[in-house]
Amino acid sequence: MLKGKSALVTGASRGIGRAIALELARQGANVAVNYAGSEAKAQAVVEEIEQLGVNAFKIQADVSDESSVKAMVKEVIGQFGSLDILVNNAGITRDNLLMRMKEEEFDQVINTNLKGVFVCTKAVTRQMMKQKSGRIINVASIVGVSGNPGQANYVAAKAGVIGLTKTTAKELASRNILVNAIAPGFISTDMTDELTDEQREGMLAMIPLAKLGTPEDVARVVRFLASEDANYITGQTIHIDGGMVM
Amino acid sequence: MADVFDRVKDIIVDKLDVEESKVTMEASFKDDLEADSLDVVELVMELEDEFDMEIADEEAEKINTVGDAVNYINSLQS
Repeated sequence: MLKGKSALVTGASRGIGRAIALELARQGANVAVNYAGSEAKAQAVVEEIEQLGVNAFKIQADVSDESSVKAMVKEVIGQFGSLDILVNNAGITRDNLLMRMKEEEFDQVINTNLKGVFVCTKAVTRQMMKQKSGRIINVASIVGVSGNPGQANYVAAKAGVIGLTKTTAKELASRNILVNAIAPGFISTDMTDELTDEQREGMLAMIPLAKLGTPEDVARVVRFLASEDANYITGQTIHIDGGMVM
Repeated sequence: MADVFDRVKDIIVDKLDVEESKVTMEASFKDDLEADSLDVVELVMELEDEFDMEIADEEAEKINTVGDAVNYINSLQS
């Protein structure tokens, strides 16, 4: 399905990013596994991908730092010869009530989760314009649509990503570069493992499908958006949330 | 000088799909050659590759005519 394509997935050492990297590889894509700090985990993902018979390598970069992102993109194009799919997944949380949130907590989350998407998108655009094709898939969040107490910074960033997705989609459509966002709801990852039973019950009550999603549920939608099957879709935000927000 | 102009002209003819005769030093990309903003960005990228150089965003924004591009490239190469 994606044979011979090359992909860069940011924040791919664990959780949803890891599942996306593996899913794209299963479809035949070569995958660059970006990470910020978890080198050993990134290496494990690379090895898992290589067992699928495609090429992979890990590459460290802070997505909010333009010069390291430029170097990363250059490296990916150098190794794979093209860059067809960018998945902007890297993200952090610094949760706190608005009244208690420090300026620094707000800035850190905006820098990684929103500015990082801008920086990475800008860096791959040159190559994709030349190819006259490309797919950019931004991992937003359902809370970017609905809001969520305790996450003013995260929600602002994710809502920003959805707006950025729409504008980028409009600017690049004429060059056959399709840009979409996904908005996962409650997905079972390290982040949700830390919840108490009570919090978990409360969450499930809000989800019509009455269960958490899996990273694979998210990865399969990314695979679809990266494939030929999604040729006529751009600027959209697809909710992967068990029906929580409609 | 002519050399740079001819190479620039070739790229413009190819990228914007316009008649060679329309590509003069005075021709404005947007007004005379029917390029949109993104076309101009793309042209600058092509010129960077052709002449193996980097044009800073602030400089690229000043390039409105074919002559602007040719003169800028000449200024870097002299």
